[in-house]
Amino acid sequence: MSWPARNHPNYWAFLLHRMSGLLLALFLPLHFWALGTAIEGAARLDGFLRWTSAPLVKLAEIGLVVLLAAHLTGGLRLLAIEFLAWRRWQKTAVALSAGASLAMGLVFLLNLF
Amino acid sequence: MGARGETWLWILQRATAAVLAGAVLVHLATLVYAVRQGLSAAAILARTEGNLAWLGFYLLFATAAALHAGIGLRTVLREATPWRGPSLDGAVLLLAVAIAAAGWRAAFGLFA
Repeated sequence: MSWPARNHPNYWAFLLHRMSGLLLALFLPLHFWALGTAIEGAARLDGFLRWTSAPLVKLAEIGLVVLLAAHLTGGLRLLAIEFLAWRRWQKTAVALSAGASLAMGLVFLLNLF
Repeated sequence: MGARGETWLWILQRATAAVLAGAVLVHLATLVYAVRQGLSAAAILARTEGNLAWLGFYLLFATAAALHAGIGLRTVLREATPWRGPSLDGAVLLLAVAIAAAGWRAAFGLFA
């Protein structure tokens, strides 16, 4: 497929869904392993939570929240396209998904600091 | 895997997506609530210890996420690489089981 055919909101939405899904799938085992290990005692968990208050880790957390929100809204968009009949509002769905994901990241950011 | 198997994986991917849509919304809301409270072990464990509803939620959430991640990775690998067949299917199944087990360990850790 040529590049002009790909330079389209629905292609960008597809790419974002792929990338966010891939990154979340890689993060998931780390998340479970770290949580499962840290949970062995309140002191150990607090030590882990102190590490998560480092600025760079906070920045990464915001990125993860946006990725998760983007994969959620992009997935809802996909389910709507696959299971609902009317397809004219596809581009609107892309814009709504992007807006909702960024808003979620902002809500998290404002509450984190 | 035959057409029937692929169809079941497609259905399972949509079914887990539907479960995850609700679970992720709850998770994001809990995240924002938890960081507002100042994110401490005491606050988290006070919410989850001995709470069967949270245990059930996290077990379902982790299982759906593990299946969804495994099927999604399989789709991406089949599109982006020449890897196919039983070795790929076995590898992603193993990965999904490992992720689910790690998730259950964390969920039981929060409960007990």
